[in-house]
Amino acid sequence: MGGYILKRLVSAIPVLLGITVIVFLIMSLIPGDPATAILGSYATPENVEKLNRDLGLDKPLVQRYFIWLGNMLQGDFGRSFSLNRPVLDEILERFNATLILAGTSFVLCAFMGILAGVISAARQYGLADKAITFTVLIGISVPSFFLGMMMILLFAVNLRWLPVSGMYAIYGGGDLPDLIRHLIMPALALSVVATGVIARLSRSAMLEVLRQDFIRTARAKGVQERRVIWAHALRAAMVSIIPVLGIQAGFVLSGSVYIEIVFQWPGIGRMLVDAILKRDILLVQGGVVFVAACYVFFNIMVDVAQSLLDPRIKT
Amino acid sequence: MKLLNWTRRGLFAAAGAVLALGLAGSPGAAQTPPGVLVVGQIAEPKSLDPHAVTAVNDFRILMNVYDGLVRYKDGTLEVEPALATGWEISEDGTVYTFDLREGVTFHDGTPFDAEAVVFNFERMLNEDHPYHDTGPFPLAFFFSAVESVEAVDATTVRFTLNAPYAPFLSNLAYPTGLIVSPAAVQEHGADFGRNPSGTGPFVFEEWRSNERVVVVRNDDYWDGTAGTEAVVFRPITDANTRTAEMLAGGIDLMVEVPPTSLSEFQGGDFTVHEQAGPHVWFLILNAKEGPFADKRVRQAANYAINKEAIVNDVLEGTAEVAAGPTPPAFAWAYNDALEPYPYNPEKARELIAEAGAEGAELTFYVTEGGSGMLDPVAMGTAIQADLAAVGFDVSIETYEWNTFLGEVNPGLEGKADMAEMAWMTNDPDTLPFLALRTDAWPDQGGFNSGYYSNPEVDELLEAARVATDQAERARLYKEMQEIVQEDAPWVFVANWKQNAVTNAQVESFTLQPSFFLLLKDVVKN
Repeated sequence: MGGYILKRLVSAIPVLLGITVIVFLIMSLIPGDPATAILGSYATPENVEKLNRDLGLDKPLVQRYFIWLGNMLQGDFGRSFSLNRPVLDEILERFNATLILAGTSFVLCAFMGILAGVISAARQYGLADKAITFTVLIGISVPSFFLGMMMILLFAVNLRWLPVSGMYAIYGGGDLPDLIRHLIMPALALSVVATGVIARLSRSAMLEVLRQDFIRTARAKGVQERRVIWAHALRAAMVSIIPVLGIQAGFVLSGSVYIEIVFQWPGIGRMLVDAILKRDILLVQGGVVFVAACYVFFNIMVDVAQSLLDPRIKT
Repeated sequence: MKLLNWTRRGLFAAAGAVLALGLAGSPGAAQTPPGVLVVGQIAEPKSLDPHAVTAVNDFRILMNVYDGLVRYKDGTLEVEPALATGWEISEDGTVYTFDLREGVTFHDGTPFDAEAVVFNFERMLNEDHPYHDTGPFPLAFFFSAVESVEAVDATTVRFTLNAPYAPFLSNLAYPTGLIVSPAAVQEHGADFGRNPSGTGPFVFEEWRSNERVVVVRNDDYWDGTAGTEAVVFRPITDANTRTAEMLAGGIDLMVEVPPTSLSEFQGGDFTVHEQAGPHVWFLILNAKEGPFADKRVRQAANYAINKEAIVNDVLEGTAEVAAGPTPPAFAWAYNDALEPYPYNPEKARELIAEAGAEGAELTFYVTEGGSGMLDPVAMGTAIQADLAAVGFDVSIETYEWNTFLGEVNPGLEGKADMAEMAWMTNDPDTLPFLALRTDAWPDQGGFNSGYYSNPEVDELLEAARVATDQAERARLYKEMQEIVQEDAPWVFVANWKQNAVTNAQVESFTLQPSFFLLLKDVVKN
């Protein structure tokens, strides 16, 4: 098992290197530059040139790439000019917020999705199945940012049950209940689509398993139906559900960009959008590489989990 | 049903626990406490170092933490003493000597004196200064006329300019002229922007990234203490969310209310504030080539576009029709004899026929958004329709703001016939000097992207820049506005009225024509 994990980690290196090249090239090739972004209407060619020199952007492309890569390998992600602080400090702080939001969302959608899928499958064509299938269809179809805005309108502006936006109360607060109050709406809005997808796939995975012989055997032996579903069938179905969870985790992470903007969540998605608009090259590059690394790592974890569950997968 | 009972109960219990934990303890609605003013900002500040920033959004915080040598008199764009108690200008307009206020200290406890002033300008302007590397200082060129700054004695400082430069005083009143604590710069270096120290009515307390900037009352302020204990600035980039926070009571003061959200705030609980400012929204016309090289066609465009409809329908009354290149907010320099070009498509068609430009194809650069650009896509579409009505075939090319500036600032030649643009300035000199003179064509480093050239205008602007008598400057600017309006190098479209909304707990708030947000006298109940 250790060897398998190591092999997967090593194979991630070229992927990450490729990502650094791609994100670096994209940031260099898109029109507009940081100096123009900073100077706005005052961006004369002369001012732009001077500022680019001050920012160290006058060097050749290849040289800049290797300087950046070299520094990053030593843990120095550079300094964000739009936030005037080290890129890594900002990323870690913001990633923490994203992790809380996306993590909660992921747990929610995994729990609700699998639960809904299993119930649907166990009661195929029953009332519960129809109700769940219908709800799931709606959930998949509603864009999360729209759902978020509607939730704000209903629960924060009209009913005043929950705060509109932010991660902690602006005055006082800062404890766990405060965090949860702020987390409820964005986490739900973010988890809806993924819940739907997971529910659908869990349902079909379960249906397939329930038709197999060992389930019939279990039932014939007189095993309780509850045990048949939750212990025998679900465990077998998990083998095909887990890869879906892995994909949905990435989906939740990228979906958090919209949700973080709607709910002013101080996470890394919002950071990246702001940074792109301001052409904050080092912050975008650092942020993208960091998120990509997390995603790659997460995928490895999923594969490992799967191989633990299913002994047929060679390690 | 055993299968589901257990699950359902567990689910409800778990959900109930989470909700109870979340809803308990603190009150549901986010009411802000008395004495603390919460301001909804449009974005996170870049830095709280006034010399390092360029955005109005950052200025809103800075103007409450720092003072300059001079400032704008309440409700005007005229300069009055602040950290300087008075000044003398030499006969030839090149030497400014300021008497400094005594007994003022920075928030970090160090004294404000002539040496501190010298440090501030040396840091920005002198590349050999030991703290020049705490920049970059993108707007340092506001003071590029300054040849030297010297401390004559502890309370006297002298600026020597390389040539007379009339906007010098109003540039000092701009945030780039705010005075920072040298000791704090020395202590924090490049991190000064996150550890600011000035002399203003509020002292910086805390900055949590993307959550809040908190400033608290300066009890030793030289000009009377502030009306609130603290001000919290919250960055809320999404306009809908900002509106929702205002409605829900999470913020007390909201700036830059989108025109379409204004109707939400009609009624007793909220007050909508409006203030015209030094802003002008215009179309740059390519006067070098194509149909707009003919003055009659440029005038025709001014007649053809229904500016009333744009400010009333597209902008919902948040702007006024512009008459010329200078906004009325510069009251002393504004020529109020000018009438905007009336909406007259008939006249436009006649002029176009005279010039033989019927049915011309035009390329129109439109931006998606940007500083002072209001609602550029909707405005661009309305303009396209108006021009189509007089027979032009206008094709729009839309760019994201940075890309847009990269296309427009180097000049429209060979690319486009017209482009949207907006400027907010602090002196009537800035915009025409940088964007209407022959010497300001893009190849010479200016912003005259439409290649307008009129020697008379050049002369007037050069003369106004070196005149130190305000009445004389006003006369020159007024004459310039008449000529420019007649020549129509731009389509003059709108002057934005900045708006803000306050809730019932906020008193004594007014907007300033400078577009700065001054919160010292605001009271929060």
